[in-house]
Amino acid sequence: MTANTEAPSREYIDGTTAIVRGAIDAGCTFFAGYPITPASGILMAMMREIPKVGGIAIQGEDEIASIGMCLGAAMSGSKAMTATSGPGISLYSESIGLAIMGEVPLVIVDVQRLGPATGGATTVAQGDVQFIRWGTAGGYPIIVLAPSSVPESYSFTVKAFELAERFRCPVFVLTDKELAMTLSAVDVDDSTVAHGTERPEKHEGLPYSWEPADAVEPMRRYGDGDAFRFTGSTHDEGAYITKNAAKVGALNEHLIAKIEAHRDEIEMVDTDLDPKADTIVVSYGVTAGAARAAVARLRTEGVVVSNLVVQSLWPIPETALLDAFDGVQRIVVPELNMGLYGREIERIAAGREVVGVNRIDGGLITIDEIMEAVR
Amino acid sequence: MSAITITPIATFRTDDPYPFCPGCGHGPILDRLNEALIKLDLDPAKVVIVSDIGCSGLSDQYFVTSAFHGLHGRSTTYATGIKLANPDLEVVVIMGDGGTGIGGTHLVSAARRNIGITVIVMNNLNFGMTGGQHSTTTPEGGITSTTPLGNLEHPLDICATVGVNGAAYVYRGSSFDSDLAGRFAAAMEKPGFALLDVWDLCTAYYVRSNKFTRAGMEDSMRSWGMEPGLLYERETTEYAAGYREAHEAVVGSPVMSARPIPVDFEATLDRPMSLVVAGSAGGKIRSASRLVALGAIRSGLWAAQRDDYPVTVKSGHSVSELWLAPAEMPLTAVSRPDVLAIISVDGYGKAQPYLAAMTADDLVLTIPEYASLDTAARVVVIDPKSAEKRIPKTSMGLVYLSAALAITNPYPLDALREAAGAGSFAEVNMEAVETGVALVG
Ligand SMILES: Cc1ncc(C[n+]2csc(CCOP(=O)(O)OP(=O)(O)O)c2C)c(N)n1
Ligand code: SF4
Ligand SMILES: [Mg+2]
Repeated sequence: MTANTEAPSREYIDGTTAIVRGAIDAGCTFFAGYPITPASGILMAMMREIPKVGGIAIQGEDEIASIGMCLGAAMSGSKAMTATSGPGISLYSESIGLAIMGEVPLVIVDVQRLGPATGGATTVAQGDVQFIRWGTAGGYPIIVLAPSSVPESYSFTVKAFELAERFRCPVFVLTDKELAMTLSAVDVDDSTVAHGTERPEKHEGLPYSWEPADAVEPMRRYGDGDAFRFTGSTHDEGAYITKNAAKVGALNEHLIAKIEAHRDEIEMVDTDLDPKADTIVVSYGVTAGAARAAVARLRTEGVVVSNLVVQSLWPIPETALLDAFDGVQRIVVPELNMGLYGREIERIAAGREVVGVNRIDGGLITIDEIMEAVR
Repeated sequence: MSAITITPIATFRTDDPYPFCPGCGHGPILDRLNEALIKLDLDPAKVVIVSDIGCSGLSDQYFVTSAFHGLHGRSTTYATGIKLANPDLEVVVIMGDGGTGIGGTHLVSAARRNIGITVIVMNNLNFGMTGGQHSTTTPEGGITSTTPLGNLEHPLDICATVGVNGAAYVYRGSSFDSDLAGRFAAAMEKPGFALLDVWDLCTAYYVRSNKFTRAGMEDSMRSWGMEPGLLYERETTEYAAGYREAHEAVVGSPVMSARPIPVDFEATLDRPMSLVVAGSAGGKIRSASRLVALGAIRSGLWAAQRDDYPVTVKSGHSVSELWLAPAEMPLTAVSRPDVLAIISVDGYGKAQPYLAAMTADDLVLTIPEYASLDTAARVVVIDPKSAEKRIPKTSMGLVYLSAALAITNPYPLDALREAAGAGSFAEVNMEAVETGVALVG
């Protein structure tokens, strides 16, 4: 037996652990959630871990209470996170709108499971990709990051907190049963990149400003400085309810502009392009695993093909996609739904052939299925 | 006469007049709240009025305190988060009777937790803002826009509901009570959850449809079995304080720090290898897979395992797909395993797709029941009864995986032995490894 000191230091963890570590390293001090497979692991770990950094974790009486507590805590100065699966996202719906309207930083983890309603609790799917985009009234922009591995589950959670603070808005981490619960070997270094950016804060004055439209006002916190207000109703800069058309328009345009005008700070893709390829595989989340493996195998067989993994699902990284589609005729989009993101690709790729590889039976899309679609 | 005079803040009200209808009870209730805040001489920045939805929900705009105007029925949840994150704040919830319906579960939970907030219910027995519809507190027979022939539902006793569920301070009264400001102040000073059910008149709707008046209000309360007055008062541990006290000891301890796995062995595996163990829930299938993965990592390999099992974790199938590889590989499903171990009838039920894909290069290990499997793969039957000692059901997974490793040899068995010996249940696991190796040795 010889000690191999050259060997990298590895551990064996799942995406749940990576998300919890990412949150705490990012400075999360408040968590509230309601048990639901496959997201319960995050709740249980948070209940155990967050008190160690002096934070608070609580099991709410339901999902509405959980996200409500997060919003309250965030306004008292905490960096907050909640985690659930499809049925719980349904109950978050109205409160997601409140977070958007009140400009509250909040990280929401959606660990996807299969199907409508109760569906398949221990079964993988990617059916929430449009649901969380349009999950609340009004149709305002939302930020969604989709990790495709355990190390990304860590780093994208950290990133989600950064974006939530930067733009004062809810940010989703979209994962799924397999990514959250599959154990994998990871380099220890990959999961210990402590960040934890400070929240931009101010200590007095109006809680909001939208001049210019894309500017994000630093946050106030209750108990710090003078009194200030918060409301979920259409409001002016002081959070007083208003129907003044100029004010109402300015507020709503601000909610859009602060994200749309800064897409370059949010959009993320992982590209592996071959300039000679006329076919590209576009995937995200857990399906990116099979896509990467299929592309690697096809190349060993001499097939010329490109690969792109979308990491910020929303806003859609249109510029990067269009660049990648240059010279491409066919786009293969594997996803664990019947083409929910494929339709966005079709829109962006207008004129090119878009081939879906789809599955909604609880199995993962296989390497072979993607290879076949490329060939 | 002293040289310094301390003047308490003169008012917590803004200069704006209330927006309520003439005769509406909401205004007087807010005046009493203002008096209570003056009496307690609080810093307006340290007071957060959390308002619900409805006419009652307009209240916060008329105070100079901090405020959170949220969604219908959920005010208690925001108040809970605000208080939990900063227990120094004085958090007052103002909700209508509407909020006690749609958000009833939050009230009960807040009472049970005894979170240190004060809830004032402006209870006008109907939904004012939306046009006089019936609410949880509308009396039986009450005429509203949604009960034109009289309400058929029993009215909710808010006070009893939170009172029997642990609330620290529960009071029922009306907007006309002369000592209401004092009650508000007492409730705010009380540690734990306080609720004041304050009946008032909705002059636009309930009063008009039911000839409901101030004179009849107290009599009506009594006739419906809802006594006015201070109904519950108890000493409790306030939740935000209690939480901090309960967790004091763990503050500062390390958070899920990485536990690096030593690499002490060298693997021979030069391409990705997949193993699938198909067994029953409760059979420690996942733990067995994990040990094999840890052995691989100890040998410098990459490993990943994808587990499948029903929600009832102790019954039905349990299937673990395991990848071992010389280099990092993306997460994928196993479609054609190099090795498949079938160790129970539940596992057999899940084995078909794997068996169908397997070829002569692949290996199936099975219990004797499935000796005549239909597959192209090489089948090795292992009879657990031929083991020296009886194999416990919970060791079957590790026994068969150890046998598979002994036959295929992707990495040194000593690495598996180290992994088995390093974790919990070390003795049982080490025995299972030796049993597996012996069965094929
Ligand atoms: C989720 C949701 N459902 C319905 C409404 C519409 N709504 C506004 S006020 C209100 C009733 C409020 O009644 P109450 O709480 O008794 O307050 P009051 O107006 O009587 O003071 C309702 C149902 C809403 N705002 N949100
Ligand atoms: S509708 Fe009723 S509750 Fe609303 S302001 Fe008028 S009287 Fe008051
Ligand atoms: Mg009412």
